[in-house]
Amino acid sequence: MDLTLKIWRQENAKAKGKFETYKVKDISPDSSFLEMLDVLNQQLIEDNVAVPVCFDHDCREGICGMCGLYINGRPHGPDTAVTTCQLHMRKFNDGDTIVIEPWRAKPFPIIKDLVVDRSAFDKIIEAGGYVSVNTGGIPDANAIPIPKKDADISMDAAACIGCGACVASCKNASAMLFVAAKVSQFAHLPQGKVEAKDRVKNMIAKMDELGFGNCTNTGACEAECPKEISLTHIAKLNREFFAAKIL
Amino acid sequence: MATLNSKIPEGDISQKWTNYKAHQRLVNPANKRKLDVIVVGTGLAGASASASLAEMGFNVKAFCYQDSPRRAHSIAAQGGINAAKNYQNDGDSVYRLFYDTIKGGDYRAREANVHRLAEVSNSIIDQCVAQGVPFAREYGGLLDNRSFGGAQVSRTFYARGQTGQQLLLGAYSALMRQVNKKKVTLFTRHEMLNLVMVDGKARGIIARDMVTGKLTRHFAHAVVIASGGYGNAFFLSTNAMGSNGSAAWQIYKKGAYFANPAYVQIHPTCIPVHGSFQSKLTLMSESLRNDGRIWVPRKKEDAEAIRAGKLKPTQLAEEDRDYYLERRYPAFGNLVPRDVASRAAKERCDAGYGVGSGLAVYLDFADAINRLGKDVVEARYGNLFQMYEKIVDDNPYETPMMIYPAIHYTMGGIWVDYELMTTIPGLYAIGEANFSDHGANRLGASALMQGLADGYFVLPYTIQNYLSDEILTPRMTTKEKEFEEAENEITGKIDKLMNINGKMSVDSFHKKFGLQLWDFVGMARNKEGLEKALASFKELKESFWKDIKIPGKKDELNPELEKAGRVADFIEIGELMAKDALMREESCGGHFREEHQTEEGEAKRNDKDFMFVGAWEYKGEGQEPALHKEVLEYENIQVAQRNYKK
Amino acid sequence: MSNIFSFSVGKKLIMSLMGLFLIAFLVVHLGINLTLIFCDTTDNFNIAANFMGTNIVVKVMEITLFGGFFLHIIYGLILSIQNMIARPVNYKVANNSQTSFFSKYMFHTAVIIGIFLVLHLFDFYIKAKFLHGAESVIINGEEMHDLGALVIERFQILWVDIVYIVALLGLAFHLHHGFQSAFQTIGLNHPVYTPIVKGLGLAYTILVPLGFILIPVIIYIQHS
Repeated sequence: MDLTLKIWRQENAKAKGKFETYKVKDISPDSSFLEMLDVLNQQLIEDNVAVPVCFDHDCREGICGMCGLYINGRPHGPDTAVTTCQLHMRKFNDGDTIVIEPWRAKPFPIIKDLVVDRSAFDKIIEAGGYVSVNTGGIPDANAIPIPKKDADISMDAAACIGCGACVASCKNASAMLFVAAKVSQFAHLPQGKVEAKDRVKNMIAKMDELGFGNCTNTGACEAECPKEISLTHIAKLNREFFAAKIL
Repeated sequence: MATLNSKIPEGDISQKWTNYKAHQRLVNPANKRKLDVIVVGTGLAGASASASLAEMGFNVKAFCYQDSPRRAHSIAAQGGINAAKNYQNDGDSVYRLFYDTIKGGDYRAREANVHRLAEVSNSIIDQCVAQGVPFAREYGGLLDNRSFGGAQVSRTFYARGQTGQQLLLGAYSALMRQVNKKKVTLFTRHEMLNLVMVDGKARGIIARDMVTGKLTRHFAHAVVIASGGYGNAFFLSTNAMGSNGSAAWQIYKKGAYFANPAYVQIHPTCIPVHGSFQSKLTLMSESLRNDGRIWVPRKKEDAEAIRAGKLKPTQLAEEDRDYYLERRYPAFGNLVPRDVASRAAKERCDAGYGVGSGLAVYLDFADAINRLGKDVVEARYGNLFQMYEKIVDDNPYETPMMIYPAIHYTMGGIWVDYELMTTIPGLYAIGEANFSDHGANRLGASALMQGLADGYFVLPYTIQNYLSDEILTPRMTTKEKEFEEAENEITGKIDKLMNINGKMSVDSFHKKFGLQLWDFVGMARNKEGLEKALASFKELKESFWKDIKIPGKKDELNPELEKAGRVADFIEIGELMAKDALMREESCGGHFREEHQTEEGEAKRNDKDFMFVGAWEYKGEGQEPALHKEVLEYENIQVAQRNYKK
Repeated sequence: MSNIFSFSVGKKLIMSLMGLFLIAFLVVHLGINLTLIFCDTTDNFNIAANFMGTNIVVKVMEITLFGGFFLHIIYGLILSIQNMIARPVNYKVANNSQTSFFSKYMFHTAVIIGIFLVLHLFDFYIKAKFLHGAESVIINGEEMHDLGALVIERFQILWVDIVYIVALLGLAFHLHHGFQSAFQTIGLNHPVYTPIVKGLGLAYTILVPLGFILIPVIIYIQHS
């Protein structure tokens, strides 16, 4: 299939960016979106037209969370429950024009082209996204039985890959789904309950401080999350927060 | 020939680690504050080591090339992690895990290390549960287990199909907790490009800030390499795009020995290659082999009809299917170790029975769905099925999946002694980066176990034995001439790369090289092919430094430059792999020499001449590397031909 | 540690609690208004309005109500401004993810409701209470404002009705998202009950504004 690509190019964090238009030909519908971009870059190098387009990617199997492009108005493109690397070209039609933009949010500044800095997520985890145990001196793993249902909900939340699609899709650039996933994962486990109150307060305070917007329960995050993390975790986050502040 | 001192402690195998810990030297808390440790890589091994060392009081500098430590490729491990808990009451024990690992590794691993691994395996599960890793559970609330290849017990703990992710996020959160406490300084989007040595000891690294392109110098009293394996040398592999062997290769060039480079693992259950544009291969958990049955058509004409699209696999009658693993290995069936399963698939495809493009076999869940119901199958493998469907556009609930082996893991790596120290004092290698505990073949769910064992429970002890001598070593300013020289070396290399100005992109070159590596140093090797490969690699190396083109500038985010540096190293690693494979005149585990096989086509070891670890020493550019042998002695296990038939 | 309102989630809690309070108030308001079309005289309406204006408990509630409006608006503004700052550069292609449609326009509908509120308060509350805009009437021996007459008089003017209906449509859209969103924000999300809440929300969103809209429509038709 032949495609027209409109891609955001920005030389570095300070430079002014703009959209450039490129054409690619004979793309296989079985190739992934990033493989299509590989073809474009190969072409740019060989034809000496421009420096290749920078985009983040690593595992290319939908789990590392490094890739993330805003494609035709949707993070990770038109398919559901996939990352950009697992988006396949069969989801497009021959002759399509595809607009590719970087994640846009104040806490995610652009580094170059389509690459953004998501270290804000690390800072949120740093603020409390852990159980404070040191290595060693731990009781047996089966010492505390955990209801399967709780473990399953915890795992649902823990599936978050930290790609930032929730922020990118949110009209308010809110990171609530990301924060909620971590808070909810621990809130459903006895191990996480010990410091639950501090965790939720610290993580929300950090999220606010970093300049993410506020959740208006619009649901775009849930719709675009490649791991289909549910809004119920945001409700859980809210409950945890009120329990910490009011009760 | 120099002998390698593996520093295995005295005593009975089950007491070695206990004795070591009882007698090793420690560093007191006040002195720990004065000591710095660099950890390169933030996967399971790197993140767990960084966190544990920082908790103990050392100052840690952690480096990763990704934008966050959480992206390290350990995250992609799906199936599970082994431990000798015997929660299932099926006869498991530390000894049995130890035995299975040695046997699975085809008797090419060091007994003492493997036993220690089996001993600490249980603590890993405890640790991870305490961190809030949501392992799968039974309805009674206790942990669930599944079985995995190469074992007759169920000892694998798992978190859906995302075990690696959950374990890594556990280690990552422990790491971030220490970052918050200012005990770990994090350097993301930094790539280690050189090792700094002062008076024969590892004292720091040179790293490139990948955003600004600036080279930065970092001092530490000890350096830990946890940068993973070199499987990406093949271009197409299940590794992440950025996974590379460069950190390991730099330290090899500085004097660390590289052991068993020929031992690479080919994973049997990957999604087959479907086009020349493909950038990577996707693995599907080996756990699929628990319930899936592997087969190809029994008749060649059926296989041809299927390849031509005239026949559907579901139309083939039961008696026309060849469940070749169940046929050849009745005792283990579809659960034979990875190397055996991979070669069996290749054998059938080479014989003309392959499906799809001809390089694929079926993995069929029809029986499992009949036996267990679709719901149970979905609960167990739903996310894998979904992933398969997204990639291949085929519904595995209705039609069998297609799979083919792909490069997945490298058992070979930097040689380390019992303390995980390389041949350079103060330099350690952990996780997949070392030649490790897997011998010539790694069992499923053992990589996670080894990475975390090294990082949580082994290195934090053994490194103190070295650091206790360093408490009087003051921190260096990094203005010393050794830092200067190490940086200049890299500046020169980068300038050289930027000035090649050829016509070929790094990727297209890598593809070409990777294909040759796969053809000659892949699943089956022979003398002729390896010699051909060595000659060809020499030419390719010359061509690389003439024909490559790197657009952009060196002082900016430039993925082409990053890739070029890595591919330059991959070519040299490939060369060493071929040399090692040529040297090893036997078949064992992941290393299969066509000249050495039984009449039934099984791997044939040569224990008399090759029961050793082959550790290569770099002798300089253009010089032949020197081989050092660490002879393996089995005192606690009866060495036998691996047999998965009975 | 800082107080609850310094957290985004704390501010949202206020938004939702006040929202729910206003939702409850609207039901009472509608109940009173409906007497205008279901009773033969405006007496019941006037009695209820008088009760609302004089009863001490209601007086306290009135302050709470104004406070509620105030906080709902202030925090809504603060949060909305923060949201705008959080994405300084917009996308070229507007987001077209699957979302609750009306949630995207909460700010816009809020502005419509806000403007209406000012007019509405001026028209009835301030006029009657402070500007002697309503006649007096004596019902059951008690003198009170004849607000019923005032309402009926105003609703005979076409443009008043149109403004009123537009505002109530805005309110309906605002409530469509606001009702269930308030429950989510206070943490009430449950696989069984949330669909019920959403169903109730939808019913409320349709019935309450419809009830309000019926009144001017019927009055206009009756008097023209």
